[in-house]
Amino acid sequence: MLRHTFKTLIIAVLLLSTAQAELIIEITRGAGSRTPVAVVPFAWVSPSPRVPLDVAEVVSADLTRSGRFAPIPESDMLQKPTEGADMDFDDWSVLGVEAVVIGRVEQTGENAYTVEFQLFDVFRRRQLVGYRMPASRGTMRRVAHRAADMIYEKLTGIKGVFGTKVAYVTAEQQRDGLLYKLVVADQDGENEHTIMESTDPIMSPAWSPDSRRLAYVSFEGDKSSIFVQTLRTGNRQRVSSKPGINGAPAFSPDGRKLVLTLGGVDGNLDIHILNISSRETKRLTTHRAIDTEGSWSPDGRFIYFTSDRSGGPQIYRVSATGGTPERITFEGSYNARPRLSPDGSRLAMVHNDRGDFRIAVMDVERRDLLIVSVGRQDESPSFAPNSDTLIYATRQGRNGVLESVSADGLIRQRLASGQADVREPVWSPFPRF
Amino acid sequence: MPQYKLIVVILAAVLLAGCPGQPLSDPDATGAVPGGDAGPNTGGIGDDPIGRGEQIPDPYGSELSNIIYFAFDSSEIRAADTDIVARHAAQMANNSRMEIRLEGHADERGSREYNIGLGERRSQAVRRLLLIQGASVGQISTVSFGEERPVAIGSSEGEYAQNRRVEFKYTN
Repeated sequence: MLRHTFKTLIIAVLLLSTAQAELIIEITRGAGSRTPVAVVPFAWVSPSPRVPLDVAEVVSADLTRSGRFAPIPESDMLQKPTEGADMDFDDWSVLGVEAVVIGRVEQTGENAYTVEFQLFDVFRRRQLVGYRMPASRGTMRRVAHRAADMIYEKLTGIKGVFGTKVAYVTAEQQRDGLLYKLVVADQDGENEHTIMESTDPIMSPAWSPDSRRLAYVSFEGDKSSIFVQTLRTGNRQRVSSKPGINGAPAFSPDGRKLVLTLGGVDGNLDIHILNISSRETKRLTTHRAIDTEGSWSPDGRFIYFTSDRSGGPQIYRVSATGGTPERITFEGSYNARPRLSPDGSRLAMVHNDRGDFRIAVMDVERRDLLIVSVGRQDESPSFAPNSDTLIYATRQGRNGVLESVSADGLIRQRLASGQADVREPVWSPFPRF
Repeated sequence: MPQYKLIVVILAAVLLAGCPGQPLSDPDATGAVPGGDAGPNTGGIGDDPIGRGEQIPDPYGSELSNIIYFAFDSSEIRAADTDIVARHAAQMANNSRMEIRLEGHADERGSREYNIGLGERRSQAVRRLLLIQGASVGQISTVSFGEERPVAIGSSEGEYAQNRRVEFKYTN
């Protein structure tokens, strides 16, 4: 009989709000020209002097972080209108500002507010979008991000991702080893929640398509298992704990299945599909090489995965119903961890670029490869739901930090963290309203 | 089967050579042979006989290492480490209640889940060698931590080499 050694294993499943964000965002490289805009401080309509949130500041910060806009400082503004009728377009033309955001926050009850904003085109002298949204103190930040999303989409034609979230893993040196945490935060680093922590490694978080659940690998008890955790409740289910490796989960587009890697007793890693409710698994690959890091194409037809059947790791795809895998990458000696953009047009991967591991983006039609990161140890690329931006992990000294980059490689931002080593960022799908 | 016979003969010869037989006195060992012919200009060397002595045990030899290291992108067990694996196998073959967990690890370069695969390949290489040498399937489990549990933190070959390893963890 196997005698289990009981070690002090602390696993806390938490949904605690932390007061302060650990991630601080700085833009490390922007596109050549950033469009000058103005976000005028919003009017506060209430008998109470207590403003729950500076909505204009959140919108302004979102637009700045996108790398495409340069909001002018409040001190440069010649007027600060809060009603559309008060707009003097000449004042803004003089400043060279191309678009102006104004708005109002009105208190309508003890914890009930209305947030209004309007976006004006200074040259055409007309409103581009205007919207009124209900909010509470708890939802006001999300409402502000939603306003920024609408403004961004009007100005660029690209859907904004300011209302999305990012999940990632941190590892922090404790007195007796590393403490691993699985964290979910707003994409601007605010509103961090640790949803799981353990003294054993946590790996490979993956979002469900409805953003309500995360799948991940945990090594609690010194063996790998795959869990699916519901964010709202913190409840989790162990969905795979077969002998040997249980790894690399990714949800199907319908959210009912996971593609995952199983190794078995003999350690032959192959791609399998798990039906989450019935727990039935179907084996998709049988090669004796390492087959791992499966992910679905957005249409659900294919599984893209890493395999070293040709010697080094390369990317292959296989029909989600089985069949003969087809090799996708041929450039370079190391291509791994494929992730398709949600629009299916681009494939991100870890690529060995003359000795440095970098993020590369392949145009699926043309099959050409663009290297979009500049580190030596970059990994874990994940697309934003608008397919326009990626997030990935890189190194800063001995610590892992997160960076995001536009898919064309032109705008890069670093999300610096505090003490912990941050890794494996995954961008959430669009929120559902 | 002539080849077979030959092997038997060789084995017999080896066994005989190794057998403790009658002690033979060495005619040259202690100088002049008593009662021998005393010829001109012969002489003996009157050295005192030396004791047989005893071996000094290797202070490190008795400690069986619980960790072996691998080359970059390799799961091949180095020749110098086969003895370590053999001694673990012998221990397990002699005690069927012993159970071991082989923990495979990789350095930090490249993709994390692929590195889980590389770590597993290493622990499986050790597992196979243990099985060949007498350990049984039920005594061994494997786990790969990939790059998730480094022993050395840093991004040079010195640290990488310490992290590419298999650890032998006795669980029973």
